[in-house]
Amino acid sequence: MTADQATAPLPAVLEEIAQDFVALSARDRLTLLLDFSDGLPELPERLSGHAELLERVEECQTPLFLLVEVEDAVPPQSGTVHLYFQAPPEAPTTRGFAGILHEGLDGLRVNEVLAVPDDAPYRFGLAEAVSPLRLRGMVAMLSRIKRQVRLKSAH
Amino acid sequence: MAIARDDNATFTDYAHPGRLVSTEWLAGQLKEGFVGTPNLVLLESDEDVLLYDTGHIPGAVKIDWHADLNDQVTRDYVNGDRFAQVLGERGIGRGTTVVIYGDKSNWWAAYALWVFTLFGHEDVRLLNGGRAKWVAEGREMTRDVPTQTVVHYPVVQRDDSTIRAFKDDTLAHIGQPMVDVRSPGEFSGELLHMPDYPQEGAMRGGHIPGARSVPWARAANEDGTFKSRADLEAIYLTEQGLTPSDDVVAYCRIGERSSHTWFVLTHLLGFDKVRNYDGSWTEWGNAVRVPIEVGAP
Repeated sequence: MTADQATAPLPAVLEEIAQDFVALSARDRLTLLLDFSDGLPELPERLSGHAELLERVEECQTPLFLLVEVEDAVPPQSGTVHLYFQAPPEAPTTRGFAGILHEGLDGLRVNEVLAVPDDAPYRFGLAEAVSPLRLRGMVAMLSRIKRQVRLKSAH
Repeated sequence: MAIARDDNATFTDYAHPGRLVSTEWLAGQLKEGFVGTPNLVLLESDEDVLLYDTGHIPGAVKIDWHADLNDQVTRDYVNGDRFAQVLGERGIGRGTTVVIYGDKSNWWAAYALWVFTLFGHEDVRLLNGGRAKWVAEGREMTRDVPTQTVVHYPVVQRDDSTIRAFKDDTLAHIGQPMVDVRSPGEFSGELLHMPDYPQEGAMRGGHIPGARSVPWARAANEDGTFKSRADLEAIYLTEQGLTPSDDVVAYCRIGERSSHTWFVLTHLLGFDKVRNYDGSWTEWGNAVRVPIEVGAP
């Protein structure tokens, strides 16, 4: 990570979420993470039952699958990004991480998603609440999202 | 005052049947209002730090293997002061009967039970089948977090000499019975980490020379309950040639799956001397110049 990335701003919605988390006690951060877990949208019908279309995030301790779709646009960098996640209810922490990224990144443009700093997962005060070890799953999710966005916007 | 043991007929063959309770027994204790009293405290210990918060058995209190039982700086368990605080806050006194259950066939519950044993907490039991069995039976779950009255728990010195093995102990133990409870791919060295857990890898793959491969899950039924004593003896005694008087070291990746096997050997089969090497492969596979063997069992 470069020094620039360490201080790079988050997209507005993600920044709001980060501020909400940081303002809370460690215990209340878990409650908010649970809200994100509960609120993670289901896969749309066209994708459910099509696990082969989704990428498995190996770094998560429980199975998490994700799919990125990028709307065609000119220039490609202005295309809108959509995120889809699937994780079982027995994995609420993983679902919570996915919920944060969904709310914070879904609907942004390609260039905005690619500009998200790689250390973003560490800005929610979650290391204290869930342990740094567990946060690595969220780091992996973000890097895989950015990789898919990069691939799918390269025309 | 300790609570009478569950005299469920399926437990009577085990060496220490009082170490298990059934979901029926727990449901009965709940109905009588005994759970969450100075006599009986119910703890949930999961891998996922949020799982308890999505819903738990009524009256259960959360304990987190990482945040509550591990020291946050040194790679070690908490000391006596912290342990007394963690238990006291959960309404547990030195004489309280503690029942622990959790996800993943009770891995983390067995791990917590093993840590409680390091501190000599006498009456600590597992809910046979864990969280999954309770849920599968359609029993009540709640998101209500019980309010605990803080009680006094004495500061007890942790005893690392009896059921815990360190790297040097394990090195000296080579040639004596050792059980590697990881998956076959981790044992052979093909995998540097457990499937699904790549972040807890090691520099080298393989196993400690002479260790026998007995994946932990062989001790569990489909529903997460423990296999019968006869079935367990067929695996550990007949097939692996172990005897209950053996001095055994069990290990896995960070000591959680081997806590499950430690429980099986100690409390279900009555082995006298089983130690859990909690440094396990994340220490051994990263250590310089320790002997390693590769290849399938």
